[in-house]
Amino acid sequence: MKTSNKTAVSRENAPSGSPSNQGDGASGRGTENQKTSGQKHTRSYHSQGQKNENRDTLRQVLRYIRPYWPFVALSILCAAVTVALTLYVPILTGDAIDYIIAEGLVAFTPVLAIVKRIVIVVLCTAFTQWLMNVSNNRIAYHVIHDIRREAFHKIEILPLKYIDGHSYGDIVSRVIADVDQFSDGLLMGFTQLFTGVITIFGTLLFMISISGKITLVVVLVTPVSLFVAAFIAKKTYSMFQLQSTTRGEQTALIDEMLGNQKVVQAFGQEDEVLERFDEINDRLEKCSLKAIFFSSTTNPATRFVNSLVYTGVGLTGALSAISGGISVGQLSCFLSYANQYTKPFNEISGVVTELQNALACAARIFELIAEEPQLPEAADAVVLEAADGTVSLQNVAFSYTPEQKLIRDFNLSVRPGQRVAIVGPTGCGKTTVINLLMRFYDVSDGSIRVSGTDIRQTTRASLRTSFGMVLQETWLKAGTIRENLTMGKPDASEEEIIAAAKSAHAHSFIKRLPQGYDTVIGEDGGSLSQGQKQLLCIARVMLCLPPMLILDEATSSIDTRTEIKIQNAFAKMMEGRTSFIVAHRLSTIQTADIILVMKDGNIIEQGNHETLLAQGGFYANLYNSQFAR
Amino acid sequence: MKHLLGFLKNYKKESILAPLFKMLEALFELFVPLVMKKIIDVGIANGDRPYIVKMCLVMVTLGIIGLTCSLTAQYFAAKAAVGCSTKLRHALFSHIQSLTWSEIDELGTSTLITRMTSDINQVQSGVNMVLRLFMRSPFIVFGAMIMAFTIDVKAALIFVVTIPLLSVVVFGIMMLTMPLFKKVQKGLDRVLGKTRENLTGVRVIRAFAQEPQEIEEFEESNTLLTRLQMRVGRISALTNPLTYIIVNLAIALLIWVGALRVDAGLITQGAVVALVNYMSQILVELVKLANLIVTITKALACAGRIEKVFEIQPGMVYGDAAAYTDKRAAAGTPEYAVEFRNVGLTYRGAGAESLSGLNLKVKPGETVGIIGGTGSGKSSVINLIPRYYDATEGEVLVNGVNVKDYPMETLRDRIGMVMQKAVLFTGTIRDNMKWGRGDASDEEMYAALDTAQAREFVETKEGGLDAKIVQGGKNLSGGQKQRLTIARALVRRPDILILDDSASALDYATDAKLRRALREMDDRLTVFIVSQRAASILHADQIVVLDDGRVAGIGKHEELLAGCSVYQEIYYSQFKKEDGREARA
Repeated sequence: MKTSNKTAVSRENAPSGSPSNQGDGASGRGTENQKTSGQKHTRSYHSQGQKNENRDTLRQVLRYIRPYWPFVALSILCAAVTVALTLYVPILTGDAIDYIIAEGLVAFTPVLAIVKRIVIVVLCTAFTQWLMNVSNNRIAYHVIHDIRREAFHKIEILPLKYIDGHSYGDIVSRVIADVDQFSDGLLMGFTQLFTGVITIFGTLLFMISISGKITLVVVLVTPVSLFVAAFIAKKTYSMFQLQSTTRGEQTALIDEMLGNQKVVQAFGQEDEVLERFDEINDRLEKCSLKAIFFSSTTNPATRFVNSLVYTGVGLTGALSAISGGISVGQLSCFLSYANQYTKPFNEISGVVTELQNALACAARIFELIAEEPQLPEAADAVVLEAADGTVSLQNVAFSYTPEQKLIRDFNLSVRPGQRVAIVGPTGCGKTTVINLLMRFYDVSDGSIRVSGTDIRQTTRASLRTSFGMVLQETWLKAGTIRENLTMGKPDASEEEIIAAAKSAHAHSFIKRLPQGYDTVIGEDGGSLSQGQKQLLCIARVMLCLPPMLILDEATSSIDTRTEIKIQNAFAKMMEGRTSFIVAHRLSTIQTADIILVMKDGNIIEQGNHETLLAQGGFYANLYNSQFAR
Repeated sequence: MKHLLGFLKNYKKESILAPLFKMLEALFELFVPLVMKKIIDVGIANGDRPYIVKMCLVMVTLGIIGLTCSLTAQYFAAKAAVGCSTKLRHALFSHIQSLTWSEIDELGTSTLITRMTSDINQVQSGVNMVLRLFMRSPFIVFGAMIMAFTIDVKAALIFVVTIPLLSVVVFGIMMLTMPLFKKVQKGLDRVLGKTRENLTGVRVIRAFAQEPQEIEEFEESNTLLTRLQMRVGRISALTNPLTYIIVNLAIALLIWVGALRVDAGLITQGAVVALVNYMSQILVELVKLANLIVTITKALACAGRIEKVFEIQPGMVYGDAAAYTDKRAAAGTPEYAVEFRNVGLTYRGAGAESLSGLNLKVKPGETVGIIGGTGSGKSSVINLIPRYYDATEGEVLVNGVNVKDYPMETLRDRIGMVMQKAVLFTGTIRDNMKWGRGDASDEEMYAALDTAQAREFVETKEGGLDAKIVQGGKNLSGGQKQRLTIARALVRRPDILILDDSASALDYATDAKLRRALREMDDRLTVFIVSQRAASILHADQIVVLDDGRVAGIGKHEELLAGCSVYQEIYYSQFKKEDGREARA
């Protein structure tokens, strides 16, 4: 029983902003869900190398299944019993028919006994079948539950480098769409492949027990259907590829145009865009039709082969019945076996491609799970408590990629309570410093010490919570305003929350929301304006008041009037707290104790306003061109 | 469903022929047990070998005819399904384009994109399946029953009881699981949302050391999802065993009744075999149907989602050309290029007004600056001019005619819009410039680029106007993108130019140069500048100061500086009182 329930929603939520994911229609996800069309065939032919990979993936799958082995055993047992009983019924039917010969030649007593037996067997079969379905469900859903959990755990400990370097859409589609596809395949594999294989062997045995000659006919003809299916799949492979690329092309256009629908309308480009859309749409129609039609010939073709098998059994069976080889009842029983025997072949040709697709999906998830996590914490890692605000960087070197050295031999010593301003043109890598301080990335050489302790010797959690961070990119989680504000201090009292919101000038707009502090905001702040979101992020930090601050253009989306008010609150908060500020405001820069001037990812100058001006270097230039006129 | 069926109408021939050929195929399949019965009753009973061979050839012929019919049906079904979804995609795309900003806001872009793509694909699969199988299965079921009647009426009565019973089981389970499927999808939503959130917010989550809580919350959604899936699974798992029981009990009954009828000499042994075969065929079809139903349920859900979009009618009616010409004539030569008469705007679904009581008269050629705090309604004002939104109160006039009386194109052709977010499209710079006006010459484009202070960097790009822009303009800096969007608006040669905080990524010098170029350009160009920077609007003929959706003051810089406290605050937050030097980068 397939209880696949997934695709519609998982795809609906597939993030829209990830062209890499959506363009990739060929992967069979995101835009691809043609159960009937045989899209799955695209995966059925692959190289030897992939076969080994598949074996590895399979081993991993088995590892996840292992905890549920009692259910697997139960499932296999049930499958065997179900198949055996299912095959037994035609025998009983055949026997019964042999007692019903002609007028007045009916042996009622044995017929009744057989009918009674049929009823019992049927009830047992139904029960084992149900038990098998339920165990399969249980295995499949628990396995994917475990896989999802492990994938999510991995996301929480992946180095930022991985997350920054991959599109969110890609990762999400692995956790959602791939896992779903896999669960489908797993369920199908369990139910159909198990019963299919057992049925084939079971029927073979039963058929041989009745007549070896006729069995030979069946065995010889049936595999033809597999060859036919394989042949068609091979032929349609390129058609499906074309369909996938065309579809990817179309999705890219849809993504771009609907994503910027307002601009399209503002410039009255609807007709032009529609024209481009239609051009791709027409191409898609042509290649989809080809792909779908040619792949859909598989089923009729294999069924035709099956009908040949049936005829073959009829012919040889009837002829040997005349010569007394078998009875009519046995022939009837044989015919029904022939049907049962060929059916799994039909299904398996479908299941195999489905399974291969599932394995490919599983491989993508396992790839994520096998990803190298961030360095584990040292066993003797110190919990950084009440950091005094001393920060020192010694001979720090860092680069995102080995080929491109960014920071080299960077030394900096910050005393408690000092303000460090980081300035430089856009894209100069100001956030790199934040990445290092927060240990989102590890230095490649040298060390960073907070309160005298190397930050690699502290626990990440205690290091990070010692910093209060407000980034230019506002981020809020789906939940109530209160949940968002108390993120850093879950036990904050109502008064504290309101006080923090007030100093961030967020209280007045929060109060005006329908449920005040309990208003639920959607993913990424939902309907709040960029400025409001930033105010909440500020309030969030103001509530927990950590010993050190990192402000990355924290007020970029706030209007200047509010900004000035917040600046006052910031100024109060920064008193006695070491702060790192990515700044664009002259007053902040001028009053900073240390100014770091960055360019092209590197720190090129360091000092205070006066000394830097006197140096007449990059900072002096920047200052003169941007601030003075 | 209304729309979907409408699209199938274009493929009437295919949608009738596909199931028809499928039924023909099924029909030939139904003959097979009958032929087998003949082989048993005539061939074996009389020991007639040539007869058996003949009948087997008949069976092969039936198979070939069945194959031909089936292939024909597959072709028509594929054609109808693909054609229908192609048309549906076209219609939906064009419908979404006709929606106004209010509706787009309400729906959200991402869901529209998935409806355009995955939902339509699901529907395509669904249509294909329905045409291929949904007719076939009931046909086989009822066909088997009718064939049973031709063999023996009394025995066939068993079919009459069995089939409704099976329908009850199949449809009952379908009805039970449908709402559960919806719940599962919602559960999946939560899991997906949580995963996304932990990627987009990874820095904040780690900064606040929230990983344990996040894992806990994820686990909660994950477990809930598994529970829901199991619940659906348990019910769906009943379909096959239940149908199996019913069909096989019917077979047992058939044997018993058959035994009685054969004993009475009413039917033959072969007839009993045929009856049993027909019942088995029903079972096979039902198993297929059960799998089909999941696909159909999904396709139905997706079709519903698409239908929902079609149901949304664009909330704006545009003026027709003739009525507009009359109104235009009646207005004569208008004194004002743009006029706001007591205008208020409440966004759909918003509790409070975003803009209220705005009165503003702008003469042709004037420059209007709009300034105010976050969420003060600056963008609301300018979005009303090209009628992206309709004023919920009062009226907006462009050249003396209410914007609601304009045909959409006439109105928007007059307006050059530069939005806050600089959006460029995949293609060359020239392609993007052409959005402004399709027939613009290179000279005109360069002139616009000159004014927008963009010519210099465009010329340094390889290919100049033919330089490629990748999706989202990722190969350009923020400032470059902004200047290109300004040039794009200028290429249009609009009467009214609107700059919605669109110089924010420009440094001060470029911003100033841009404004100077705009002033020198064409004295009839009416310009609206929305900005947070006082410097950008200082020299405007009128400055509108907004505060929380209300007008705090309208006037020239000096007037406002003298009499408007909100303006003073904004101004002095950016300029030091003494020397008036700008203090912001």
